[in-house]
Amino acid sequence: MTLSDTSAKASARGEPAGADASPEAADTRLQPVPFRGGGFRPVRVRFVGPLVFAAILVLWEAGSQSGVISNLVLPAPSEAFEAFRQLVETGQLWRHLGASLQRLIVGWTLGMSLGVAVGLMIGLFSLARAGLMPLVSALFPIPKIALLPLFVIWFGIGEGSKVATILFGSFFPTVIATSGGVDNVDRSLVRMGQSFGLSWWSIVRKIILPGAMPAILSGARISASIAIILLVAAEMIGAEYGVGAFILMAGSLFATDQLLAGVAILSAMGLIVGWLIGRAERWLLRWRS
Amino acid sequence: MDLLLRGVSHTYGDTQVLRDIDLAVGEGEIVCIIGPSGCGKSTLLRFIGGLERPDAGEVLLAGAPPAGSLNPLTYVFQDFALLPWRTVEGNVSLVLEDHGLSAAERREVIDDVLARTGLSDFKAALPRQLSGGMKQRVAIARALSVRPAVMLMDEPLSALDSQTRELLMDDLVGLWQRERFTACYVTHNLAEAVRLGHKIVVLSRRPGRIREIVEIDRDLADRQQADAKLDAIQRDLWQLLRDEARAADRELADDTV
Repeated sequence: MTLSDTSAKASARGEPAGADASPEAADTRLQPVPFRGGGFRPVRVRFVGPLVFAAILVLWEAGSQSGVISNLVLPAPSEAFEAFRQLVETGQLWRHLGASLQRLIVGWTLGMSLGVAVGLMIGLFSLARAGLMPLVSALFPIPKIALLPLFVIWFGIGEGSKVATILFGSFFPTVIATSGGVDNVDRSLVRMGQSFGLSWWSIVRKIILPGAMPAILSGARISASIAIILLVAAEMIGAEYGVGAFILMAGSLFATDQLLAGVAILSAMGLIVGWLIGRAERWLLRWRS
Repeated sequence: MDLLLRGVSHTYGDTQVLRDIDLAVGEGEIVCIIGPSGCGKSTLLRFIGGLERPDAGEVLLAGAPPAGSLNPLTYVFQDFALLPWRTVEGNVSLVLEDHGLSAAERREVIDDVLARTGLSDFKAALPRQLSGGMKQRVAIARALSVRPAVMLMDEPLSALDSQTRELLMDDLVGLWQRERFTACYVTHNLAEAVRLGHKIVVLSRRPGRIREIVEIDRDLADRQQADAKLDAIQRDLWQLLRDEARAADRELADDTV
């Protein structure tokens, strides 16, 4: 029955159409369909992140200046900044940063390359999977910091042990991400490659590796963060220069302003690495919708 | 080059999927294979292309492949199987790269094959930018680029909407008239089979065996819609399949065939 039908009947019976409390008349009222969609979709909101960050700094500074936050408990951001300025002026910053970045880049690059190679092997060969996967599961959860004394014995007190710590730390998450990525490559694409007579190596290089790339890159995000965490741990022993060494020295001297400056440098490093990987993702995965 | 199947049978676990298939595909001929779902049509096609091996029987090639054929048995897949990270051009290039062609020769083949399938303007597009019909055209272009002796088409139009399907069928007819390619065309769509097949092989429900082979001698170009004779053939085919399809529909799926 259509709306006009009902109202025609209602008026034929001498009842007023619409605006009546009777159930029959209620049917004739026109109502918009209530909206129930929307939400559950992240939208890009600019400036809110930096604003929250700035607000915290301002509150913190105000608290320190007014004495609400004791200087012993937490130095003011301005003091930490002053410590940072001194680092720049004395030229110490570049020494520390240079030493740390070198360890980070060498260790992480080696760890990533080995991790991708082993992850590919696990993904491609059942024998490698059966043999290596339990090993990876057993070794991944060991905090590499606990092995540091061993690394010192094996690789020497110099750069070797520090690079090795970062290498092992970034190796395992990469293996797991890569082998998972290989497992998730669409098998129908592999069949297609075979049906066109592509060589095994071509299939790995042109189908498996690009197909696993999203997983490898998200593994890179995780392993880069782990590498930065381990950097501080690795510089605990016998490092003269390095952001980690600087923080530890500041800590043992209770120079909390310097400690905060060092921590800020670490977190800036994390932000920059994350941004770089984001750029790499956008470039390498531009084929994704 | 002719294709010959002799006594092909296959069993997955406890279920026999194919039994005693004998079939010949002559040069320049489109052979459509139809049957209810789960009758082993696609499995049969995988045997023909050498992606899987049957338990019994053999798949034989008679004669040498045409000169310059890079991949005599070439598939066109239902899900297109295009690499999402390669452009249209790159996807065609992929299957030429392992054959020792120079970059210039490759470019020549790619340009030629994209022109023949009307894709020249889409050379640099990524698969995600293309409609389903265009994706399948790319897959057909890719198949043509290796100059196949036999095209193995596994429900190539099943993932497309019915209008796109009509357009692509016209394309295939036009292509066949120009190139006289040989094809094994698996489908569950009777209209496609009647439109494109010189020979229609009807398979029975599992275990799939050949129930009947219907030959249609009318030229592909003359097969218009609402053709009384073709409609009659399609009706007969449906009569043959109807009970099988109903029974197959009620079967429990206990494996992945």
